[in-house]
Amino acid sequence: MLLALADVDARYGPVQALRGVSLTVDEGEIVAILGANGAGKTTTLRAISGTVRRSGRIELNGRSLAHRGPETTARLGVAHVPEGRGTFAELTVWENLRLGAHVRRGSLKDDFARVSEYFPWLEERRSQQAGTLSGGEQQMLALARAIMQRPRLMLLDEPSLGLAPLVAAEIFRIAAELNEREGTAVLLVEQNARTSLAIASRAYVLEVGEVAVSGTSDELSQRDSIRKSYLGY
Amino acid sequence: MALRPSTSWIVPFALVGVVVFLVVGSVDSALFAQQTVSGLANGGIYASLAVALVVIYRATEVINFAQGALATFTTYVAWQLITWGLSYWEAFLATLAVAFVGGFLLELVVIRQVERRGNVLTVVIAAIGLLILVEGATGWIWGNGIKFVPSPFPAHFYHLGGATFSLQDIGTIGISLASVVVLWGFFQFTKAGLGMRAAAVRPEAARLVGVRVSWMLSLGWALAAVLGAIAGLLAAPNPSYLLQPSMMDGVLIYAFAAAVVGGLESAFGAVVGGLLIGVLLNLLSAYVSWVTPQLLLPVAFVIMLVVLLVKPSGLFGRTRVRKV
Repeated sequence: MLLALADVDARYGPVQALRGVSLTVDEGEIVAILGANGAGKTTTLRAISGTVRRSGRIELNGRSLAHRGPETTARLGVAHVPEGRGTFAELTVWENLRLGAHVRRGSLKDDFARVSEYFPWLEERRSQQAGTLSGGEQQMLALARAIMQRPRLMLLDEPSLGLAPLVAAEIFRIAAELNEREGTAVLLVEQNARTSLAIASRAYVLEVGEVAVSGTSDELSQRDSIRKSYLGY
Repeated sequence: MALRPSTSWIVPFALVGVVVFLVVGSVDSALFAQQTVSGLANGGIYASLAVALVVIYRATEVINFAQGALATFTTYVAWQLITWGLSYWEAFLATLAVAFVGGFLLELVVIRQVERRGNVLTVVIAAIGLLILVEGATGWIWGNGIKFVPSPFPAHFYHLGGATFSLQDIGTIGISLASVVVLWGFFQFTKAGLGMRAAAVRPEAARLVGVRVSWMLSLGWALAAVLGAIAGLLAAPNPSYLLQPSMMDGVLIYAFAAAVVGGLESAFGAVVGGLLIGVLLNLLSAYVSWVTPQLLLPVAFVIMLVVLLVKPSGLFGRTRVRKV
């Protein structure tokens, strides 16, 4: 088991955002976290990367992340692509990619070659300021930066938010391809349940900070009652 | 948040105009050329300290009012080392190392603690307190009298078409610009430099990619202290400054004006601002009879105000456009 959360609580000041969340992600697996706005999906990812105050057991490969900050979590092999791109708009495309490899030693060449296979357009726009890219390109750059990190687990927060359907589909396709080719595990937060279930093997549905239902993607999408009440399609 | 580079055509145009004016004036008159070069030497000193202010402003978002006092303190350290028998350049390098460690510890032990318990305003007050403390300590340790730091450059003069340039001035320009270029290279090409820039613009996102943001802040203060030390070491042998506890007080004001003129967040802008102010003040005091040395400080403020009125973000500042 790559990632295990057991009984995790998280709060923003007086507001409790997560109550006893438990979930697991296996090596090389894509797992989706679904749920309505404010259900705690983003907070779950933030609890893992250590950017929200939390308690409970959080383990990556058996090592506890509970008392570690995001810098250390990144070093241990977790790449968190936050909601709203998470690119450095002020820096160039190439500098964003260099930052992705910040926690690693050695040459960037091989990594960049690998990233270029997924995103060939990056090569010619290396020196462009990231803030001048389109929304879809920035999301791809955020993903590319995460690939530079060579993570074992990628946390993707609403990667399709605000993107045209075709661009969103491209992002999901690349995430699935990355998982297949490199065995990178992905924990995906999405509003769009149908698309997420299509690439995820399992999913957890959150409701007001708690896990309401969980199961394999097939189970969840076949049960009508769950589809209607939690997934909204 | 999208960025719109607001450095419109006016700024480069005006700067080219200034350069053309200075070159034509220098070709025309030997005195003008001499005054321009010694203005550039002063400007280089302002620029070094101004870049130090910018580095800290980008990291901690405060103007470090103690930067001048710290620079003076490190210059005294160099004086002490030279008095103990080190050569100027040995003392120079040793002092930079002392400044680096000192700046690093200062952030770690003082600034970070103050910031954790307070806010930006608390840090500003702490910086002012530090200014008084460091300047007092300097006088207490080394006395308030003037100390003489030998010049690293032999008293050599170059003659070029009727004008005379001192090696002292040219060396000062060279070292201050070289140190800024080295710093630029550090920010552009090294992992730590890029991490510092990322930490300055988006600390949260920087932490997510593994940048140790708090170390980057300490590193910023360390580099600023090194730049300040360079400014102090260049100023001390110059007869218009002389080493005393208040040596860099005036320089700090000019450096502040230079940093504001350049846009506060732009190191390049701070260099241009420093050189502009250095040259402008030197030319004014040489050619305008009523501009006495006492008037130079107010003139620096007028320059700053005019730039801010015309371009509130400074010459190279960026106007941030926030998308809602």
